[in-house]
Amino acid sequence: MDIIFKNVSYTYQQNSPFAHKAIDQLNFHIPSGTFVAIVGHTGSGKSTLIQHLNGLLQPTEGEVWIGDYHLTPDKKPKDMKKLRSSVGVVFQYPEHQLFEETIAKDISFGPKNFGVGDSEIQRRINEVLPAVGLTEDFLERSPFDLSGGQMRRVAIAGVLATKPKVLVLDEPTAGLDPRGQREMMDMFYDRHQKERLTTILVTHSMEDAVTYADHVIILNKGTKYMEGKPEEVFVQKAALQKVQLDVPEIVTFLDRFEARFGVSIPFTRQTEKELASTIANVIKEGSVHE
Amino acid sequence: MSNKLVEFRNVSFRYGEEQPWVLKNCSFEIYKEEWVAIIGHNGSGKSTIAKLMNGLLFPQEGEIYIDGKLVQEETIWDIRKDVGMVFQNPDNQFVGTTVQDDVAFGMENRGFSREDMLTRIEVVLDAVRMQDYRLTEPHRLSGGQKQRIAIASVLAISPKVLILDEATAMLDPKGRKEIMATVTGVQEKNNVALLTITHDLQEIVQADRVIVMNEGEVWQETTPRTLFSQQQELREIGLDVPFIATLANELKQAGIPISQEPLNHKELLEELWTLYSRT
Repeated sequence: MDIIFKNVSYTYQQNSPFAHKAIDQLNFHIPSGTFVAIVGHTGSGKSTLIQHLNGLLQPTEGEVWIGDYHLTPDKKPKDMKKLRSSVGVVFQYPEHQLFEETIAKDISFGPKNFGVGDSEIQRRINEVLPAVGLTEDFLERSPFDLSGGQMRRVAIAGVLATKPKVLVLDEPTAGLDPRGQREMMDMFYDRHQKERLTTILVTHSMEDAVTYADHVIILNKGTKYMEGKPEEVFVQKAALQKVQLDVPEIVTFLDRFEARFGVSIPFTRQTEKELASTIANVIKEGSVHE
Repeated sequence: MSNKLVEFRNVSFRYGEEQPWVLKNCSFEIYKEEWVAIIGHNGSGKSTIAKLMNGLLFPQEGEIYIDGKLVQEETIWDIRKDVGMVFQNPDNQFVGTTVQDDVAFGMENRGFSREDMLTRIEVVLDAVRMQDYRLTEPHRLSGGQKQRIAIASVLAISPKVLILDEATAMLDPKGRKEIMATVTGVQEKNNVALLTITHDLQEIVQADRVIVMNEGEVWQETTPRTLFSQQQELREIGLDVPFIATLANELKQAGIPISQEPLNHKELLEELWTLYSRT
């Protein structure tokens, strides 16, 4: 589903002395099937933005299109439930939202609410469980006996079981250890490709944005500060630092390399291996010229 | 008096009779004014170590000594004066309505005099570079600022060892940098041993020693530089290899003779430059 924001603003507690504009005149278009990273420091409006994606908030100005669903200040889609079954949101620390007695019941809760039949739910559980790295013997256990990382996998399985077309991920790897982070991001990327999802990743991690996203939107104080391909956006060090964001470590290294050697190596989202072979060439060529 | 500040002697711990052992026969020492990092994947037992050190938990087997005192029910109040702890979630550790009230809280509990408290508040807020926020309400601070206040509150009671238990895990990159800079400054200026518990290898670079935990056991006691060169092993126990170590390794594979494992960009660039200008 295409996602379009057209002059979207959202003001909390409008028409009161406490009014606070969290997003301001936001415009962007996310084509169906894109993996987008939304990056911005705390308070930049990321959370407010994603709550528009499944109609938890309606814009106070402008309009939002999620596929055929249209949200404006005075009109929300008739079939909000259907919108919400198409847009799966994994909120921050989703393990805090578990509540059922068994893992099977917790995963079933979402699809059941959207009117999916029991046999289909069973089929979906069998499909999403291995995807999040859990096995069937978990199903009858209480979600509260699991470790934090496992609880998060259960919560995510619950979102995936609703078969969303748009997947919204709000800092999904916060608090996990490095292996856990990588496994989780690889899992989302795999779903993204296999199910041809439109994926929106809210993150602090420039490294994740570089690794997974086709497109990056940088937010600052509720407005769109930059937008483009990762390799275009992440080389603009000065502009990013102005809004207290870092460039990926490899970009910093390339800058320092240029300062020391006077040789510029462009950032192309290369791997460490590719970069090493470029540097090796620079050093060996040095020997040729001498 | 010996230089040994913390000693774990064959410590084993589990949360219940039927539960698996979280720590298995762990022994290690931390010396005065030393910076030790404990690193390990989730569930490797690293946070349990912190809780055992100030008597929030007691081991089933083995003994723990803090500055020569055995940690047990009778000594925990003395032990807690020596062991200061900052936890992961900045929002869970505030009690005061202003920054200075919050810093004062720990001192009030320990019966410091008012004059002493006033001086110490000055000193510790200065140490974490938060002197302009004395009268600010804690909820108006950023995550990084909150953790700096938490560090100040602990420093105010002059502990002998300061433990940071994943104190940067919930912060954004800017907050992390703030904390690491604060910690470095604090360790240089105060006579305090530091124990930082983390799963981020970037955060151990400045430590004097590293204890690597895996599955409840001390897997290795080493230095950051040696650890950075063990890439295969690190991946096997669920830890990430920093960019600079991966790149150095790939350069070696590409036929560049890197002699010293680099800890940061500068070290690697200097070495490459030497190779470049020599040829």
